[in-house]
Amino acid sequence: METKVLNTKELPFCKGCGHHLIAQNTAKAIEDLGLNILDVIFVTDIGCHGIIDKSLNTHTVHGLHGRSVALGAGISMGLPEHKKVIVFIGDGGATIGLQHIMEAARLNVNMMVVVHNNFLYGMTGGQLSGLTPKGFNTIITPDGSPYGEHDICELAYTAGANYVSRVIGIGDYSDTFKRALTTPGFTLVEVMEICPSYGVKFNPKRKLQEIVESANKPVKTWTNNREPFKFPERKIVANLLEKTPIIEPIKSEKTLNKQIQVVLSGSAGEGVQLAATILCKAAVKHGYNITQKGTYPVTVGVGFSNAEVNISPHEINFHGLSNPEYVLVISQDGLDFSKKTIKELSDKAWLLIDKSLEIPETRANIKQVDFRGKGVKNAVIASLFTFAKISNIIEVDTIKQILEEMSLLEKFPINEVEKELIS
Amino acid sequence: MITEQKKEVILDDSRVIMEALAQAGADVYIGYPITPSNAMYLYASQRFTMMLPAPDEISTLQYMSGLATLGHIPVTATSFPGFALMIESINMAYMMELPMIIILTQRLGPATGTATAGAQGDVALLRGMISGAHPVPVFCPSSIEDCWQLSAKAVEVAVKLRTPVIILSSKERATTSRNFDISKLPPIKPIERKYYNGDKPYLPYEYNESLVPEFLPVSNTKHQVRITASTHDQKGIIQHTSEEATRNTVRLEKKIYHYLNEYTYYEHIKNGSDKIIVSYGVSANAAQEAVNIQNEKNIPVDLLIVKTLLPVPNVLYDILNNYKYIVFAEDNINGQYAKIMYGDKLPPNISYVGAIGKMLSPKEIIEGGKL
Repeated sequence: METKVLNTKELPFCKGCGHHLIAQNTAKAIEDLGLNILDVIFVTDIGCHGIIDKSLNTHTVHGLHGRSVALGAGISMGLPEHKKVIVFIGDGGATIGLQHIMEAARLNVNMMVVVHNNFLYGMTGGQLSGLTPKGFNTIITPDGSPYGEHDICELAYTAGANYVSRVIGIGDYSDTFKRALTTPGFTLVEVMEICPSYGVKFNPKRKLQEIVESANKPVKTWTNNREPFKFPERKIVANLLEKTPIIEPIKSEKTLNKQIQVVLSGSAGEGVQLAATILCKAAVKHGYNITQKGTYPVTVGVGFSNAEVNISPHEINFHGLSNPEYVLVISQDGLDFSKKTIKELSDKAWLLIDKSLEIPETRANIKQVDFRGKGVKNAVIASLFTFAKISNIIEVDTIKQILEEMSLLEKFPINEVEKELIS
Repeated sequence: MITEQKKEVILDDSRVIMEALAQAGADVYIGYPITPSNAMYLYASQRFTMMLPAPDEISTLQYMSGLATLGHIPVTATSFPGFALMIESINMAYMMELPMIIILTQRLGPATGTATAGAQGDVALLRGMISGAHPVPVFCPSSIEDCWQLSAKAVEVAVKLRTPVIILSSKERATTSRNFDISKLPPIKPIERKYYNGDKPYLPYEYNESLVPEFLPVSNTKHQVRITASTHDQKGIIQHTSEEATRNTVRLEKKIYHYLNEYTYYEHIKNGSDKIIVSYGVSANAAQEAVNIQNEKNIPVDLLIVKTLLPVPNVLYDILNNYKYIVFAEDNINGQYAKIMYGDKLPPNISYVGAIGKMLSPKEIIEGGKL
C-alpha cells in the first residue's frame, strides 16, 4: 500500500510559494504519525491551495469556495475519531466561510483546518481578503488596505477550538500539524505566507516576519479542552404514522349529505387551530372526511388565527376557502380577518359570534353567544358546542369525548357550556 | 395485498413524506428552520437517528454533501429563501454526484414574500437552477399516497442516479391536515446500496452504458476516492475543458434523461373530452374538483396530474397532443409549467389559469380556463 502522502515532488504552485511547504509539512506530519493514508481525507476548495488535490495519495474532496470547512465537517461528523479530515483553505476562503469555521469550532468537530494566509486572493489577481493586514498593498488597495483584519486564530479559539496555532510558513513546522492531528476535536493552524506573485509585487520592500509582527499577529498556540463532536443520541420513534392516534368510528344518527365548510376565526394564541383539530377528530369519528387548513400571519402569538375545516361524506378535493356554511367568530382579530367572507355568506349560512363583538354586515343567520366569558383559552372550544347544536351533524357528546381523550375536559367549564346549550 | 385493519388517522403531507423517506433508507436529516417546512424538521427530529441543526442553509447542504460522501442518504426541507442559499451547493452535489433529498415547500415570494401563504412559484427556478441547465429530478405529490410513493422513489432515484432529488410541495399541501386510512400505505423496503468492490484502482467517475459511476465512500481504506465539484476527468482530477472532462459534464445531463421512464409518474383522467386541464401539487386537487363539477353538468373535461415535474416526461407531450384545448392550472401568475413545456409564447390552444396570495379555486379554473 502507498504510504507517501504526496505522489509527486512537482507541486502545482508558483516558485517560492509557501503552499509547497504547507503540503510538505502536512505530508511529513501524517507520515511521521504513521497514519494509514486512506484514513486521511483532504478537503480543499477554490484558491491556489485547492489545486494540491491531484498531488495527493489520500482521499480528496474538492468543493466550493470557502465551504470546505462545512463540507469537511459533514464528512468528519460521520467518521470515527481515528479518521483524519484535513481542510486546506485560503485567507479568502476563510473570509467567505468564516461562519463555517466558527460553527465547526463551536461543535468541536474532529478535523484540522489549515488556513493558507498569504493576505490576498491569489487565483483572482491579488485582491484583499478579511485577513489582509491593515496597510498591506493589494491590486485593489495599492496604497495599503485601509481596513483592519480578523485574527482567525483568536476567533477559532474563542469559538471553542481545542487547538489553534499560528506559524510563519518557513522551514519545518510539521510538529505543529502533528499536534493538531493528534488533538481530538477542532484544530486550526494559520500559516502566514507571502504570495510570490502578488504579495511581493505590490509590497516589494516588506518581509513576511515584519508584516506579521506589525499586524500584531503573534506566533503562538491556544488550547481548549472540550468534548469533541459526536452525533447526539436521541429518543426516536419507530414510525411517525403510528404516532398519530387512530380515530375509532362511533355510531350516530347524525348525517351529512354534502361537503360543508366551517371557518373558525379568532386570535393567535387562543387555541383556534386546536379547536379546529378537535372538530376534525369529532367529524372523523362520525365517519366523515375532513381537511384542516390554517391561515395566520408570520407572527406566532399576535394577530388573527383562522382555521378552515371541510367536512364531507365524500372525498375532499379542493380544501381552500369556498363559501362556508358556518363561520365561528371568537375575537375582534378574527372578525377583522373574516369580514369579507362573512359579508358573502348565503342566507342559509350561520354566523356564530361572540356577544362582545359588533355584528358585521351579512345575510347569514346569526347566533350571539358569550364564548369569551368561558375564558380566553376555552372560548373557541366552547363555540364548537354551539356549532354542534345548530349544525346537527356532530353529537355534542363526541366533542366532549374528544376533549376527554385529549385530557382537555378537566379544565373546561363543561357544565356551564352545556347549561347554556339547553337554554 | 393489504389485509390490515383500517387505521383512520389525521395527518399532513409533511409527516407522510418524512416517514416514507426514512423507511426508504434516508438516514440523516440536517435541519434549518423555515416556514412552512418546520413540521418536516420536527417530524425528522423524532424519526431520524442522525439529525443535526445546521447554522444556515449553505452549511445544511455542505453537511449533507459531506455525509453523502460516506454513503449516507441525507434529507433536508426548506422553502425559497433557504433554497436560494442552497443552490450553489446543490450544483456542487450534482457535480460530485452525491445522492440526497431536498424538500422545497413553496410559499409566496418574491424574497421573503409571505411565509404563511401558499404558492407554486418555484417551478421555473427548479428548471434552471443548475448552471448549464442540466435537469434535476423533481417530484410533486398531490395526495397522501403520492407522498408515500414518490418519496420512496425519490430515494431510489437519488441513489441509483447519484443525484440530488427535489420533492416539491407547497404550504397548502405540507401543512394541511386530513384524515387518511394509513393501513393503505404498504411498508417501504429500504434501498440497498451497492459499492464498487473491484481490485483494480477505483476511478470515481468511470462509467459504462449505465451512465452512472459506481460509488465508493471516502471512509473506505481499500481504494483512493476523489470527489470534486470542478470539471474533471474519470479519475476525479480537475481539468480545464478536456474532451474527457466535458464528456463527463454532458453525461450528468444524459443520465437524468436516460432513466426518466423509470421515474415518470402522472395520472391521466379521461372523460372523453377534447379539453384537458394540466396541473400538479395542490392545484391538481382544485383541478380535480373542477373536473367533477363540470362532469355533473355534463360538460366533460379531462385531467392530467403531473407528478414527475422535471425533467418533463415525453409521455406528457404524447398525451397532450391528442387534445384540442389545454389549460394549465397552477398557483402562480405566469403559467410556469405551461411555459416550461411549451415556451414563453404559448400556442393559441394552450392557456393557463393561476392565483396569487390564495389557493387557485375550482371556480377560477372553470371560468379562467373557459371550460
